[in-house]
Amino acid sequence: MATFHQLSEVRTFRTSWFSQRINLKVMMLIALAMVILIFLMLWAITLGAVDLSIREVWNATWGDGDRKTLLVVRTLRWPRIATAVVIGMALAISGMLFQSIARNPLVSPDIIGIDAGATVVAVTWLVMTSNTSQVPLAAFLGAIITATVIYLLSWRNGASPDRMILVGIGVASMTSAVTALILVRFPLEQIRPAVVWTMGSIYGSTWRDVQITSIVILATLPLAIVLMQPLRAMSLGDNVTRSLGIPLETTRLAVIVIGCALAAVAVAFAGPVGFVALMVPHMARMIAGPQSGGVLVFSGLLGGIMLLLSDTVALHFLPVVLPVGVVTGAIGAPYFLFLLYRSNSRM
Amino acid sequence: MASAVTAQTEQIPTPVRRTSRNRTALMLIGLGVLAVLAALLSLFSLRFGSLPVTTRDAWDAVFHYNADSYEQTIVREMRVPRTIIAFFIGGGLAVAGTVMQGVTRNPLGDPSILGVSAGASFGVTTAIFLFGISTPAQFVWFAFPGAAVASIVVYSIASVGRGGPTPVRLALSGVVMSSLLGAWTSALLLMSEQTLDLVRFWSVGSVAGRNLSILWTMMPFILPATLACLLMGHQMNVLSMGEESARALGMNTQRVRMISSALVVILTGASVAVAGPIGFVGLATPHIVRSVIGADYRWILPYSFFTGAALLTTADTVGRVIARPSEIQVGVVMAFVGAPFLIGLARRRTVAS
Repeated sequence: MATFHQLSEVRTFRTSWFSQRINLKVMMLIALAMVILIFLMLWAITLGAVDLSIREVWNATWGDGDRKTLLVVRTLRWPRIATAVVIGMALAISGMLFQSIARNPLVSPDIIGIDAGATVVAVTWLVMTSNTSQVPLAAFLGAIITATVIYLLSWRNGASPDRMILVGIGVASMTSAVTALILVRFPLEQIRPAVVWTMGSIYGSTWRDVQITSIVILATLPLAIVLMQPLRAMSLGDNVTRSLGIPLETTRLAVIVIGCALAAVAVAFAGPVGFVALMVPHMARMIAGPQSGGVLVFSGLLGGIMLLLSDTVALHFLPVVLPVGVVTGAIGAPYFLFLLYRSNSRM
Repeated sequence: MASAVTAQTEQIPTPVRRTSRNRTALMLIGLGVLAVLAALLSLFSLRFGSLPVTTRDAWDAVFHYNADSYEQTIVREMRVPRTIIAFFIGGGLAVAGTVMQGVTRNPLGDPSILGVSAGASFGVTTAIFLFGISTPAQFVWFAFPGAAVASIVVYSIASVGRGGPTPVRLALSGVVMSSLLGAWTSALLLMSEQTLDLVRFWSVGSVAGRNLSILWTMMPFILPATLACLLMGHQMNVLSMGEESARALGMNTQRVRMISSALVVILTGASVAVAGPIGFVGLATPHIVRSVIGADYRWILPYSFFTGAALLTTADTVGRVIARPSEIQVGVVMAFVGAPFLIGLARRRTVAS
């Protein structure tokens, strides 16, 4: 028997085996973000060499329109837009998970070295074989191996987040050194695709990318939402967590595995797109309040909006077409420094 | 109460106690031995490389130079400059790292971890892109402002909020700064093939192909800054007791911090301009030195200089020997030596709880 318990704007949904706090304000924000995201996607599809109206795009999406419009909308533009959105979601959710577990607003998978690990494998693969279709797999494996290495090296009576950060920086500097070595070893024309890859881009994305990323998000998100509850308690410190009876290391490992899987799938299809995972969770917390399952979802939607906006800017509103990673870095980083200054000085 | 007072006195490092004459003599002898060792390792750097050279040729190239000998010319023209450069950059970076660790009271002090090198690199890359410059003598002038701005930003981000600049916060701000500058650098590289080709060889961190004229442009910065750092041992000792104790002892901590940061920026900027960003010399050296000779910065600084010099020249030699006939850049070798060191530090209780 499900019951709702009322407490200001927070409702608690309860059955005999399951309970979840639901914040109505966050729910409203999630709905709002969804509406904005959908409009943004339709608008982004209208941009480009072939001029279309939002109505045409909407109709073509559901299979109504002439052959040319259908081709442009359904085969050319939708995959890229959808990829930007799901990659942005994966990055933002992963960043939120990492920041919650590390209790540190500066942490994200790209900062602690997972992207650097993916990069070295992907760059090696690109330079040695120039076979681009297998690059996502190479990058994914690189990310997973690096994450495992960082976790194992940080283990000492438990994996302390602070230790993981520093070990990650160490591992990242080794893998980046190898990347740099590869980039000076080969002639310029051979390394150029690799250099572009290292900046993070979503050129030539396909429905397969969208499918795989969405499957990973859908498979991990419910567990991640449930885990946000113990994570709230964990933010009070390891001792409090243990005395509340929360299995500290198991919860930590579960969150890290989910965060890494999301980060790995994002880096596999888009390369190391920086700052989305770092920055979006901050924005989400500023708008929607402290971490919770709802804010995690909101953060994911915000990530989709951010990456889609960045990619649209990179593609249509700059004199040169840039990889999206350059745009997220260029706009995101200064904004991030500002956010950080604000959130730190409030703590 | 009484126990708290005892604990405080015990924490005061050795220098405040009057050092015995014997200890001073011992430390001086140790320093002499270390200097000789560093010099010997530099000679190895002349002897070993991609071209096999006899010990005799290497010796003669320095002391009885014969310009007709191909081997001796190689040693004289190629290996002598890069060895001297590696020696002083290694020493300078080590001293810079020591000063950073002392001033920030942070075991993770290192120009590359705290983002100073990334700032210098960004300055240089921007200048290469905008003005088409290509020599280290020009790089220097862009490396300094980059390094200065980066270090100020990193330190201020890490300091805001409760708890002040903890090691992990400083390291993270440094990495965030590096990755921000990295994104901007990438944009520049993507727009200009020429810049990419020049920057990729420089940014890996290498002393290969540097000639004597580069040495002369670098020395006016590195030598005085290193000497100035070496003279700051006493101030570092006082600062390492903590901000409040230092101020209570009458030290103008603000001024000491300013001066030492400026020196770190000069050392880092000049070495990045000459050899590209080379990490971990500044991180590893002070820890090695401290574990052997103790906590007195008046000795740690000169010991760090020679240890860092020996470390970088050796890393450069190793990089040339293991990949004959080509070479592995010293920046890559140092990453592989230094990163395990960082990981080892991270696993210690004192750095990350």
